[in-house]
Amino acid sequence: MSRLKTKEEYEKTIGFKFRRWLYGEEDPYINKVEMVKQHHRHVEEKTITERMHEKQMHREYTYDVNRNKVLKTYSMLYRIASVVFVILIAALLVYNVSWLPKTGAAEKAVNNEVPQRYIENGLQETGAVNIVTGMILDYRAFDTLGESHVLFIATITVLILLRNNKKKATIAQISDRRFEPKNDSILQLGAKILVPVIFVFGIYVVLNGHISPGGGFSGGAIIGAGLILYVSAFGFEKTEKFFTERTYKVISFAALATYCIAKSYSFYTGANHIHSIIPLGQPGAILSSGLILILNICVGMVVACTMYTFYVMFRKGDF
Amino acid sequence: MTVFQIILLVFLLVCAIAVSFSKNLLNSILIFMSFSLIMSILWVCLESPDLGITEAAVGAGVTSILFFATLKKIHAIEVEGTQEEAEDEQA
Repeated sequence: MSRLKTKEEYEKTIGFKFRRWLYGEEDPYINKVEMVKQHHRHVEEKTITERMHEKQMHREYTYDVNRNKVLKTYSMLYRIASVVFVILIAALLVYNVSWLPKTGAAEKAVNNEVPQRYIENGLQETGAVNIVTGMILDYRAFDTLGESHVLFIATITVLILLRNNKKKATIAQISDRRFEPKNDSILQLGAKILVPVIFVFGIYVVLNGHISPGGGFSGGAIIGAGLILYVSAFGFEKTEKFFTERTYKVISFAALATYCIAKSYSFYTGANHIHSIIPLGQPGAILSSGLILILNICVGMVVACTMYTFYVMFRKGDF
Repeated sequence: MTVFQIILLVFLLVCAIAVSFSKNLLNSILIFMSFSLIMSILWVCLESPDLGITEAAVGAGVTSILFFATLKKIHAIEVEGTQEEAEDEQA
């Protein structure tokens, strides 16, 4: 093995030093930089309190309105400016509103051919007596699908943010869970009478969405409110029997998937001008208006589960 | 516009201003609830019962309950009987 340089010469080259540094064979500071031993700084308790007191004193001195003229004028100006700003904004909004056409005026921008078409052909094309439901679940079903997914994503976010880590649950969280909710006999009697009525009304609103006012979202919100009343009266032990995290996942996923599949079929037939095999039925009957009933039930289930999950997550942080 | 609707709109304005002037957070939520309730009646008056039902369920019901739960979480409202139970727990 021939070497161009001797070992001592080689050790002075940059390449050798770089290689040594790269492989961490030598600490560059040892025996080269003088290391002073660090002393732990001892702070007496008295000085700490003194310092805190001093801080407090400085703060009081700075924010003393009688002494600090600048602060005084500033706070006064701030109040006046905020009132003026609010009045200006309100005036601007009122001024803009005054330019809007009157409610129901013929020359309004919304009175174009689109709502006319909805009103004239809505019953024929969708089979729904309630035009609003026909619109949001047939003509604009894609929007409603997006809204349901927004709710789903919101619940997932709340789950991520508010869910308790079972291993790291603090004492406050545990005690909060133990103390809540209390057994209030007035509330329990009220809930016993009201909850079944609320549930039946919610189911009625969901199922009659295409006939009478209401629909999936309103009915789902009513059912969710009933669930919240039930859980605040009787506690989480009772609801855990029929509603757990798994229930939420299964119901939400099944409802959203059903919605997607049903609406995909309807879009596919509509875009290719194929006659849909789903009958529109007699307008006004419960089993009518094609897919709208199924979609209403799907939206209602997603909304009810979302409302309940929101409450549970805010309240307890766990199912 | 009927007299009834004008009365409701005046209530609405009173509620909207009272929310910002109330010092107590609990009172603010209660006023907000009544705002939503009046709004839901107004929706029915404006011939949109669908919105009225939704407003009553979501605005007056669920949102306020979520506000209550949040206030309880951040210890902004006193809960009756918590102390007694804590003492019971200790004993």
